[in-house]
Amino acid sequence: MSNIFTRNLVRFIVLILIQVFLLQNVGYYNLAIPFLYILFILLLPIKIPNWLLFMLSFCSGFVIDIFYDTLGLHAAACTVMALARILFITLTLQQDKYESGQIPSLGNMGLRWFFFYATTLTFIHHTVLFLFEAFRLSDILYTLLRTIASSILTIVLILVYECIFFHRKER
Amino acid sequence: MRNLWIFVSKYNAFFLFCIFFIISLTLLLNNNTYQRAWTLNVSNQFIGRIYEQTSYFKNYLHLEEVNNSLALENARLKNELRSSFLIDRAEKHIVTDSVRKQQYSYIVARVVNNSIHLRNNYLIINRGTRHGVERGMGVTGPDGIVGVVREVSENFARVQSVLHAESRFSANVNGSIGSLVWEEENMDSKTATLKDVPGHVKVKPGDLVTTSGYSLFPMGIRIGTVKRTELKSGNSFLDIEVTLSTDFSSLQYVYVVNNLLAKEQQAIEAQPQMP
Repeated sequence: MSNIFTRNLVRFIVLILIQVFLLQNVGYYNLAIPFLYILFILLLPIKIPNWLLFMLSFCSGFVIDIFYDTLGLHAAACTVMALARILFITLTLQQDKYESGQIPSLGNMGLRWFFFYATTLTFIHHTVLFLFEAFRLSDILYTLLRTIASSILTIVLILVYECIFFHRKER
Repeated sequence: MRNLWIFVSKYNAFFLFCIFFIISLTLLLNNNTYQRAWTLNVSNQFIGRIYEQTSYFKNYLHLEEVNNSLALENARLKNELRSSFLIDRAEKHIVTDSVRKQQYSYIVARVVNNSIHLRNNYLIINRGTRHGVERGMGVTGPDGIVGVVREVSENFARVQSVLHAESRFSANVNGSIGSLVWEEENMDSKTATLKDVPGHVKVKPGDLVTTSGYSLFPMGIRIGTVKRTELKSGNSFLDIEVTLSTDFSSLQYVYVVNNLLAKEQQAIEAQPQMP
């Protein structure tokens, strides 16, 4: 149990540090901005209770908000993403087949499922994020372009990260 | 009760989502300038429209008072007309008046919502950018000053009334100038306090308090009358309690003061001072 806890905590800290000190300075003009920190929410254990998932998503969004000085923006996006994650996992997986600590990583779930999972959730997160940031519908095309460009960048980074920390199926 | 609990726990994801989403939206709207401004603007528009409808009906109840005050004001204005002065000179010149240039114009507006019991009170009026109202313009009523325009949308404006903790107006009593505030401990909508008037100035109850012409209003608009004055110990300034002449509780028609020379004045005030 403590093993799962420490592993997630370490991942949380590492991802936040990468996001804040490295990726905050990276971006293709204002068009594509990577948000790798959402990988922490993606990789929480499959059987995590809902309240804990929401709490952790909100907190990670909130921490990022503090560094980015946009209080509430990332928190809102992460909350929506947590709901999407619950729906996605209920629809595509039979949860009782998995052990309590298992995480939905690339190595555990296979490329196809993981890619689909990461793409959907990243896109949802980025849509909410950029919509709330723009806060109007008049520049919807620009917002959409930003969403798509940033999503692609984030997904590439997520896959790179997963390949670096690749573990074969543990079962 | 049990069924309710089952229902909630079955869809717990949704309820949790609502809770956290509302928290983050609240944070977002309260702490980010752009989003906050947008919401205020939209809700101003929307709420303004609703209030306009309700006040349309409410106005009928106050018709008599309004009529009286309008009639009084008409009488006062007629008194100031040139034609009401007796001209006893035999000859007449026609002088093209190049000295007087209009400095203030007035936009008449109806109050659609009004509060007087809060710490910080606002009024909503049914005039906005479309009618030439801008942020920072002064607002007067038939009896005296009312406040300052704070936010403007297309058809409505939010006026920060005198009854607001942050309101400060430059006021004139017996030729000496002080600033009118509505203080923390004072929750009465009929009185305000005049500060910064030097202690040597002779002020007695009943003296007229008017605008000084330094701020948004023309000189000499009524603010109220002196009710009580006292010199606090250890302080060289008087604390003057002023009975406001505007009755905020029954305010219906107001005038937005458009200072035509305001831009020019601000431009020169904004210039850095030469040493």
